[in-house]
Amino acid sequence: MSDWVIKVSNLNKYFGSHHVLKDINFQVKFGEVVSIIGASGSGKSTLLRCLNGLEPIQSGEIIVDGVKINGEKVDLSRIRQSIGMIFQNFNLFPHMTVLDNVILAPHRVKKISHREAEEIALELLGKVGLAEKAHSYPYQLSGGQKQRVAIARALAMNPKVMMFDEPTSALDPETVNDVLDVMKELAEEGMTMIVVTHEMGFAREVSQRVIHIDEGRIVEEGTPEEIFYHPQNPRTRAFLSKVINI
Amino acid sequence: MQFDFLALYKALPALLVGALVTLRVTALSIAVGLVIGLGVGLARVWPNSFLRNVSSAYIELIRGTPLLVQIFLVYFGLPALGLNLDPFVAGVLAMGINSGAYVGEIVRGGIESIAQGQMEAALSLGMSWWQSMYYVILPQALFRILPPLGNEFIALLKDSSLVSTIAIAELTRTGQIIITRTFKSFEIWMGVALFYFVMTYAISRVVRYSEKRMRYSE
Repeated sequence: MSDWVIKVSNLNKYFGSHHVLKDINFQVKFGEVVSIIGASGSGKSTLLRCLNGLEPIQSGEIIVDGVKINGEKVDLSRIRQSIGMIFQNFNLFPHMTVLDNVILAPHRVKKISHREAEEIALELLGKVGLAEKAHSYPYQLSGGQKQRVAIARALAMNPKVMMFDEPTSALDPETVNDVLDVMKELAEEGMTMIVVTHEMGFAREVSQRVIHIDEGRIVEEGTPEEIFYHPQNPRTRAFLSKVINI
Repeated sequence: MQFDFLALYKALPALLVGALVTLRVTALSIAVGLVIGLGVGLARVWPNSFLRNVSSAYIELIRGTPLLVQIFLVYFGLPALGLNLDPFVAGVLAMGINSGAYVGEIVRGGIESIAQGQMEAALSLGMSWWQSMYYVILPQALFRILPPLGNEFIALLKDSSLVSTIAIAELTRTGQIIITRTFKSFEIWMGVALFYFVMTYAISRVVRYSEKRMRYSE
């Protein structure tokens, strides 16, 4: 068993003739928190969606938890159970209560009994500070609350890695911190996390490694210290000067 | 000009019996149409392209030919293949097959109206395509298609007058028979129209009521 939970080699992705991801290589260790930063349209969200098979790739290899996820006869559903995915727009199921949102997959996919799934769900909702909202519907929640429910829902599958696709970009400013706090707590507990984010503060404080993607290419990779205080690549410097005002 | 509404009054019991036959034909056709339509609608959004093409062809064929011709084909045409159907069965079958195409398009539209993110979230939790469809997409889609589905039921109820041509004694046929005996065309056709209206109005109220009961905000 290697200590890599995700290994990406020579990944290339096209939308039609548009080359979105170019020769991407990187690895994520168990327990590591990796932030992916870059301008809008640089391909960072697409990269995340490739990692759980939502987007097909044209060449290269993605290995998640020892299993190659691209190629023939891959049981994507099985692999996805070990990858929690958090979306910018939450994507809670609007016709179900918060509790049922969290129970659904463990009960139907993992075949955990409804009672046990409910116990797990209530515990996780408590963890994200929303136990009292268990019987509310998603439309009754604020954006930040919805995102925390989405995190609880993903955690209920007991994933090996959590991926966040700009989790705070659609939120009102005052609810951003509630979500970031939950993510920090997860990171401190040792969860492996890949976070596509515009929150430079989070990337700097919480992650062990930062990857900068520019026009579909990884242009720089390093510790937050290296990336934010001693960026080597001119593109990284240009990007940071635009997003950070210290 | 003089109207003989007493003739209509006397015809009411017979018309009521005809209306009940209309309701039965329509209800059974709706059932057949819903089963076919759900299958066809799902096939249209299924990743498998063979089934997608088959269901597209079915929808095009049905929508491109008159219901009356479809009824004649089933009732007068199938015996040539050795299949003799009772008029009632032939009528329900033809109308159900017809309705299935329209319901299929409604179901497809409903499914496609649900944001792509819902399917992606469900798949990302490790659910299969079927589980995602069944637990996440369809419940939301069915709620959204209630109004167009109600319209389809109403259209079907009115179109069921076409099966009067294959000797099913439903409402229209009953009216015709009474007129051949009483010659009170205006009064009886007014009565027939009224019966149809009461039934379609009832359907639209039921649909609206269930829409309200199922409402949730998004």
